Amino acid sequence: MTLELFRIDDRLIHGQVVVGWGHPCDLSFFVLVDDAIAGAAWEQELYRMGTPEGMEVRFETVDGAVAHLAAYRADPRCGMLLTADVETMARLVEQIPEIRTVTLGGLHHAPGRVQRLRFVFLSPDDEARLRALAARGVTVAAQDVPGSTPVPLDEVLAADGSA
Amino acid sequence: MSERRAAVVAGHGAFAEGLVSAVAAVIGPAHGLMGVTNVDATSEGILARLRDAVTASGASVIFTDLPAGSCTMAARRLARTHPGLAVVTGASLPVVLAFAAGTPLEAAVASGRAALVLAEGGA
Repeated sequence: MTLELFRIDDRLIHGQVVVGWGHPCDLSFFVLVDDAIAGAAWEQELYRMGTPEGMEVRFETVDGAVAHLAAYRADPRCGMLLTADVETMARLVEQIPEIRTVTLGGLHHAPGRVQRLRFVFLSPDDEARLRALAARGVTVAAQDVPGSTPVPLDEVLAADGSA
Repeated sequence: MSERRAAVVAGHGAFAEGLVSAVAAVIGPAHGLMGVTNVDATSEGILARLRDAVTASGASVIFTDLPAGSCTMAARRLARTHPGLAVVTGASLPVVLAFAAGTPLEAAVASGRAALVLAEGGA
């Protein structure tokens, strides 16, 4: 096992991630990539306190994640990397070609975003970045919890939010 | 008669709505509780909902469902800027009911904890 799950979720570490994915996938560590949180001790403490015992959380800037990804992938435990937005994940993919699959786990309502799925709202910039990821050969799909069916990017972008 | 105080209940899906309705079924509609859901909201959106609910209700406590849940994260962020605002996670009907009925918060938490039992042995 290794760091294999790369998820975009504006709530970062929360119930779906810790319980929904954590239990069935036997996740032992999270890599939370966010330039602001990586420099905010109280925010880090907040996420650590919400994480069950036995689950480790590492906080990285984009540059730090790039530098340390090989070590995370060499970890024998199962891990998940999280970003809160498409832009951060796109910056990672540009520098880490080993990322071949990205999951849209949750991007919720915000100004400038259009609803595509129940749990996916995207801005035009988000959509352009996701198309660029796909053009690089990255498999992008939306899936909030393990028990739901992944929705491929082309279906996400064609959806009108009614599904 | 015990004093009833305001509180916010927040959680996934219809958790808060259900819990508030359950409290109302036991002690009546004057329970002082306001429910908040995380449905369709970003972290910032949940924080805004909680802030509005605390302001509108005058709540001194936010009860949330999961310790790692998005409502708990938002509640703890709100508590940073609201001195005296308590956050209780792992909320259940016994603890919220006890608080709504006038039990002091720490005693209500203890009663909620005590109510969680394996009532029958199972397999």
